Amino acid sequence: MRDVAIIGVGQTKVGEHWDISLRHLALGPLQAAMADAGVARADALYVGNMLSGELAGQEHLGALVADFAGLRGVEAFKIEAACCSGAAALRMGYVAVAGGLADIVIVVGVEKMTDALGPDATTALAMAADGDYEAAQGISFVAINALLMRRYMHEYGYSHQDFAPFAVNAHRNATNNPHAMFRFPVTAERFARARMICAPINLLDSSPICDGAAAVVLAPADAAHALSAAPIRIAASAVGTDALAVHDRRDPLVLDGAILSTRRAYEQAGVGPEDIDLFELHDAFSIMASLSLEAAGFADKGQGLRLALEGEIGIEGHVPVTTMGGLKARGHPVGATGVYQVVEVVQQLRGLAGANQVPNARTGMAQNIGGSGATVVTHILERMVD
Amino acid sequence: MTLSVSDVELLKPDREVGIIGYGAYVPRYRLPASEVARVWAGGQGGTPITEKSVPGLDEDVVTMSIEAARNGLVRAGDVDPALIRAVWVGSESHPYAVKPTSTIVAEAIGATPHTQAGDWEFACKAGTEALQAAIGFVGSGMARYALVIGMDTAQARPGDALEYTAGAGGAAYLVGPAAEALAVLEGSFSYVTDTPDFWRRAYQHYPSHGGRFTGRPAYFKHVVAAAQGLMEALVTEPADYAYAVFHQPNVKFPQTVAKRLGFTPAQIEDGLLVNEIGNTYAGSSLIGLTAVLDVAAPGDRVLLVSYGSGAGSDSFSLRVTEAILERRQRAPATRDYILRRVEIDYATYVRFTRALRE
Amino acid sequence: MGVPRNWRLQQQRYRLVGEICEKCGARIFPPRDVCPECEVPAKTPLAFSGRGEVYSYSTVYNPPRGFEEFAPYTVALVRLEEGPMVTAQLTDVDAEQVRIGMPVEMVTRKVQGGGEAGAIVYGYKFRPAIGPTA
Repeated sequence: MRDVAIIGVGQTKVGEHWDISLRHLALGPLQAAMADAGVARADALYVGNMLSGELAGQEHLGALVADFAGLRGVEAFKIEAACCSGAAALRMGYVAVAGGLADIVIVVGVEKMTDALGPDATTALAMAADGDYEAAQGISFVAINALLMRRYMHEYGYSHQDFAPFAVNAHRNATNNPHAMFRFPVTAERFARARMICAPINLLDSSPICDGAAAVVLAPADAAHALSAAPIRIAASAVGTDALAVHDRRDPLVLDGAILSTRRAYEQAGVGPEDIDLFELHDAFSIMASLSLEAAGFADKGQGLRLALEGEIGIEGHVPVTTMGGLKARGHPVGATGVYQVVEVVQQLRGLAGANQVPNARTGMAQNIGGSGATVVTHILERMVD
Repeated sequence: MTLSVSDVELLKPDREVGIIGYGAYVPRYRLPASEVARVWAGGQGGTPITEKSVPGLDEDVVTMSIEAARNGLVRAGDVDPALIRAVWVGSESHPYAVKPTSTIVAEAIGATPHTQAGDWEFACKAGTEALQAAIGFVGSGMARYALVIGMDTAQARPGDALEYTAGAGGAAYLVGPAAEALAVLEGSFSYVTDTPDFWRRAYQHYPSHGGRFTGRPAYFKHVVAAAQGLMEALVTEPADYAYAVFHQPNVKFPQTVAKRLGFTPAQIEDGLLVNEIGNTYAGSSLIGLTAVLDVAAPGDRVLLVSYGSGAGSDSFSLRVTEAILERRQRAPATRDYILRRVEIDYATYVRFTRALRE
Repeated sequence: MGVPRNWRLQQQRYRLVGEICEKCGARIFPPRDVCPECEVPAKTPLAFSGRGEVYSYSTVYNPPRGFEEFAPYTVALVRLEEGPMVTAQLTDVDAEQVRIGMPVEMVTRKVQGGGEAGAIVYGYKFRPAIGPTA
């Protein structure tokens, strides 16, 4: 087993890219990451994506992107795990390098959602849920999260307005991220006035439908310094799963998959929550952010929201989250998100986060969640000291 | 040479049969007749009833039949659904033209696979036609139990007189051995002719009718003949009955026929629901009977007379047993369903009923 | 969802048929053939009563394809009295009247209307309990 490092990153601005097709969308960040890594070839390519079949009529993305990127012949697969397809693809790239089966691996997360009409995107996203027992009842993905948010508020006595700090924080950070989809600030007052989508979830609790792509290049850590000026070590790569349907969970308000994934990651990296300098969590909806903080051990059950209310989630706080805008404001092109999260942690650890820089960031955690919590992939990254 | 009614025999199987359980269903929405008048008649003129029931967006004859059937089985008690050898739904508004409502109901109550499950159709007497057959099916010994349902989501042409009254609802009856019954069948009778008073062609959404032709030559002729034929054959008279339930297309017709036959207003009152829920077509007389069974005393005799356009009437004489006292409480009373009401306006009604057309 | 797929799910959809684990007594819905508690095979069928209470709810205004004719509708997590939780629509109740903890009962309703020519899909929904006559 070898240590693995990230030697190059690339990302495209998240938005509605009418002019760019799925394959072109993947190409930009892939080329940028290869340039950043200073490599012209690769041993394997893993493409993280959830909806290409349903929304673009295109599966088989591994071969397609490899060919299109000038990597014809290379081992290549599409990796799918709903909204954590990106991190899942990274996980497989990590496994290939760690296992000694590949030296240079490119991981691309790509998603193109905006070609589809609203109801078609809604229907496709519901495929992250249990098809026979959740989606078949007419429940949308936002409705599943609304059920969790309402129950959470009921059990712990929170008001809807208590969730405002997640949106405020995410948007503040996004104003300094040129790749973010939404670069305007949001106030608590604006949050209070936002349009209700699926009560209690409103527009500012929810991440947007959008297009995006991000990429990283992996290499063995002991070769990384020769290849990159600022390699970042993957100190942990860990996965946990849980029942697919919310109604099958041990406790719907506890992300057991995230607890497992984080615990395994902490063990691998030899760290605990107190060692994490920033946490790129999966804020697809504000309720997920709250539950993620709890599952990762930053707060007790039901108290994740309190961290936000006490101002601890900002750049200067104890647990900086969504430091470049998160899913909410940078955007959530579902299959690509997991790679964006890792790219942003790399930027932070390299000291390149600009106005969003977490001071002295040495250890960062990125966590990507599939569906309502059934697959959770956590990576802990560390600055490599020479 | 025409046979007189008295030349024809009573319908009665060799084995005694009766009703083991009964159940009603009415959806919760109500369209006041005044709303129909407001939209179509400038708010002028009288209304034949107060309000009618309207099915919700997710309801149809299948869903309503399933609930009535479940109520019926709950009242019946410990009946193994595998012993129900027929599930027969009579309606004018089966959701499919081909694919029986009855198979879905049979599956939902666990009666499949060893069961008959064809649908019945004879306008508003589709349910009682099925009941006649069930009496024979059980009375012959072919089946221990048979479940019959009369249910409709009645549709009327917008602006037509029938729109005031075309309602939704109906009832289910589990027919079985008389020894297990809460009401024993003393005998039944039918009177049928080819009388085109009301019809609907295959690909039409709404029925057509003959206006005043639906009165004397249709409803009254057949209801009177079926009722009189039955009572003659049984040697009973109106005073022998605690209750009489007639098909109820509006309030006037059953009141008029009751009087003509010699029944008092008090005898028909408990079974007369049309003013509150409208004409539930194949469910009409059958749901009226459930309301009577909800209040009848052991030993009471009940007359049931249906009417279906096209045309015909089925008549039944029932004798309530002691078993009714304990069983009727097990499921919601028909009045509970009637009192469960949410008033809607004409626009909402249009949205709800348009869903049934598609 | 295609015809055969809906057809295979009929016993669950029409009658809430799940399983009971003969070893530990766990009530399982939907059926999964392996007990989630003690992990032994569990295939004995059990029809749930349909009685339960609302654990959480939300109203859907932007439905997925196939559900447009019913929108807006309220969806809920319902805790069945035997223990398992199900996801289902609520029916026969105004959205504003729904409360966490509200007692509900299962009814069989149209889940998909099928349009003008398609097959109609029936399944479980929940409504405020009517219950037997007092």
